[in-house]
Amino acid sequence: MKVIVNGEARELPEGASVAEVVATVTTAASGVAAALNDEVVRRSEWDATTVRDADRLEVLTAVQGG
Amino acid sequence: MSGTAVNESAVNESGRLVIGGKEFGSRLIMGTGGAPSMQVLREALTASGTELTTVAMRRVDPAARGSVLDVLRECGIEVLPNTAGCFTAGEAVLTAKLAREALETDLVKLEVIADEHTLLPDPIELVEAAEQLVDDGFTVMAYTNDDPVLARRLEQLGCAAVMPLGSPIGSGLGIRNPHNIELIVERANVPIILDAGLGTASDAALAMELGCDAVLLATAVTRAQSPVTMAAAMRHAVEAGRLARLAGRIPMRRYAQASSPWEGMSRGRG
Repeated sequence: MKVIVNGEARELPEGASVAEVVATVTTAASGVAAALNDEVVRRSEWDATTVRDADRLEVLTAVQGG
Repeated sequence: MSGTAVNESAVNESGRLVIGGKEFGSRLIMGTGGAPSMQVLREALTASGTELTTVAMRRVDPAARGSVLDVLRECGIEVLPNTAGCFTAGEAVLTAKLAREALETDLVKLEVIADEHTLLPDPIELVEAAEQLVDDGFTVMAYTNDDPVLARRLEQLGCAAVMPLGSPIGSGLGIRNPHNIELIVERANVPIILDAGLGTASDAALAMELGCDAVLLATAVTRAQSPVTMAAAMRHAVEAGRLARLAGRIPMRRYAQASSPWEGMSRGRG
């Protein structure tokens, strides 16, 4: 299936969880948040939340700014 | 510049700044954008004495090395996520929710800009986003135009602090409408924090002399020729301006008023 991760199309195995997709872009244990199709997915729910074909996942962290 | 009382709501018995129930000893809130390196940023933040500092939320960069969060943690500084770069209420609300999840804080510097050229706040989207975030339990610190009506509206809908700009972000033009800042301060019951546009120490002192409860700045320090020295200057300027405000300045007058007595002068024959 094809999933848009931080604006880039990626080929991922069917049934991948949010946790698995996040792990492809960062290994940070904290300071990271994810939104699936513009809805925040709590970190405690990353394992149990499945990503579907054509979903958009945003994975954000804090950077210098403001 | 004379005659108005200090905004008592923002001062507790120890004279500390209180935002949404959190107390801060420093009245200088720093930003982190524009610092040439993490090391300079660390030294500048330390020199500023700040206890609250902003970060932006962006897509994870797998190649990034060193995190601004590590710097803030090492310095013992509380993190204030912002919604910089958001053009709509929807974008800002989602960014704030992601920041709350990533950084485990209810604090947010709400920033909804109208265009990339001026970076001025879009008041309509700002009010919409503020309402949603207040309803959702955030401690909202709203970055706004220097408009007394809008500032009051933001306070009334539940913002914990209102942050009028001095001039456009990063411009270094200082406080272009001191009268409006005074009007905002006079009518406020939440902390008023001068945010954006400050260029040098006298700008920060003026903000505090006008009655602001704190100052938020980044570029003036991070892009100064010596960020660490400017950070120290800003720390002293905020403290000096605060003290001057509390002391109560003399009224301005058109002509001189002698500071030495006229009595007892020895008059020659001329």
